[in-house]
Amino acid sequence: MADRVADAIARASAEETARIISTVIRMTGDFALAEDCAQDAFVRAFSDWRKGGIPDNPGAWLTTVAKRRAIDLLRHAGAEDRALRRVAVEEYEPVEPDPDISGDFDDRLRLIFTCCHPALPMDARVALTLRTVAGLTPAQIARAFLVTEPAMEKRLVRARAKIKHAGIPYRVPPPHLMPERRDGVLAVLYLLFTEGYSATGGAVLIRVPLLREAIRLTRLLIELMPDDDEVRALLALMLLHHARTAARTDAVGDIVTLEEQDRSLWDRDAITEALTILRSPVPRAGRYGLQAHIAACHLEASDAARTNFARIVELYDALAVIDASPIVELNRAVAVAMSQGPVVGLALIDELVTSQGMDDYYLLPATRADLLRRMGRRTEAATEYEKALQLAPAEAEKRYLGRRLAETRR
Amino acid sequence: MEYMLFICTDSTAPTTEPTVHTIEEWVAETTDGGTRRHGDRLRPANDATTVKLRGGRLSVTAGPFAETTEWIAGYDVIECGDLDAAIEIAARHPMAQLGQIEIRPMWPIE
Repeated sequence: MADRVADAIARASAEETARIISTVIRMTGDFALAEDCAQDAFVRAFSDWRKGGIPDNPGAWLTTVAKRRAIDLLRHAGAEDRALRRVAVEEYEPVEPDPDISGDFDDRLRLIFTCCHPALPMDARVALTLRTVAGLTPAQIARAFLVTEPAMEKRLVRARAKIKHAGIPYRVPPPHLMPERRDGVLAVLYLLFTEGYSATGGAVLIRVPLLREAIRLTRLLIELMPDDDEVRALLALMLLHHARTAARTDAVGDIVTLEEQDRSLWDRDAITEALTILRSPVPRAGRYGLQAHIAACHLEASDAARTNFARIVELYDALAVIDASPIVELNRAVAVAMSQGPVVGLALIDELVTSQGMDDYYLLPATRADLLRRMGRRTEAATEYEKALQLAPAEAEKRYLGRRLAETRR
Repeated sequence: MEYMLFICTDSTAPTTEPTVHTIEEWVAETTDGGTRRHGDRLRPANDATTVKLRGGRLSVTAGPFAETTEWIAGYDVIECGDLDAAIEIAARHPMAQLGQIEIRPMWPIE
């Protein structure tokens, strides 16, 4: 029984937190209060469900308890403002209210846009989204980002305080703000994904739970914004990267490059789902759509040598128009090297070294090293591997570079 | 909500770009709409004086308290619904193009 309760609570936390919090925010207009009440409802569920059994509709049960808690807290605080008057009306609802499904969609969308508001620092947007939309506990988020739990709590408290004090609106942005804000939400989801895909610190390269959360949240956003091609493109991009998870590291957790991966380990279902999404024409693709098409080019080839690199170069050209970042330029140079030979690619990268300040980005020397190795210039390659090794953020990357370095010295 | 807009310089801003409005137009538009409570220009950092009282001793120094390349050129107090509204109002100020604007919510003393 105890395990069944823990499972039910874990499931409800993942699936219902956003709904509970957004319902209480709608009632009280208070983000921090809503989060506290949701938390209290889960704590009460632990004891009540053990004694009285798991309710038929855990989400509705938790929402009712959270709402009542909000009323208690506001009463206790002697709140005489509009919030309590609004709440007083809600009090006469039936004990097990049916969740209002139509309003509920908008509520969760409002919650996502509030959590991803550009006036919040990026790390706070990510933490808030995981806390309130995905229903992760502060301890889980802290673990995912390798910070202490008190530090994560503090980040969340500060973010909630800013929402309240700075007057960050709780709403879906009006049409004239939508393109920019939508991109902001996608950036948070993609950051979450990339952090899971290639952790910036620590011993483990891939953090599958973060990848899964990012994909789950993106699916939710598609449900809430079904007409938006770029949201679907982001899902395709995530699926295409995630499809290779099993092949990206070997038995001891070491990196296996795309070129060397066992393609039979790739998740075919995920690839098929992504390719179906990408049937929409390329010219309309945005930043994520283009990246997804690039990933698709890699995954559609039966082996690395058969990859259509010329097409990948074209896609990077289009991407550079939207996002003229040095990282896009670097990736484009790699694609050029693969289609036109390492000499041309290396020349492009050398241009990047002089024009862009990418001195501490480990993939730059790592890429140079790789091209030099392919050209048989082993001494120069070794020097570049050494540079990359000093800059690499994660243990798995260091081990990979160390292995390559040993090979070039052999 | 009430917000203070600090109208600041920004040495990295382009100086050649023509602004969409003049300051006078912005002031007229926001005042007529009932959004702008008050506001003014401020004399430059050269005319600033900083005062401190330490252990009963008064210290008066010339210039602003922080030596920065950017300085506050003016302020406006606005009343509007939420931060998004404040951002839109600030974005229409010509100094959003020629400088930068910091939005701070007021924290009324109870």
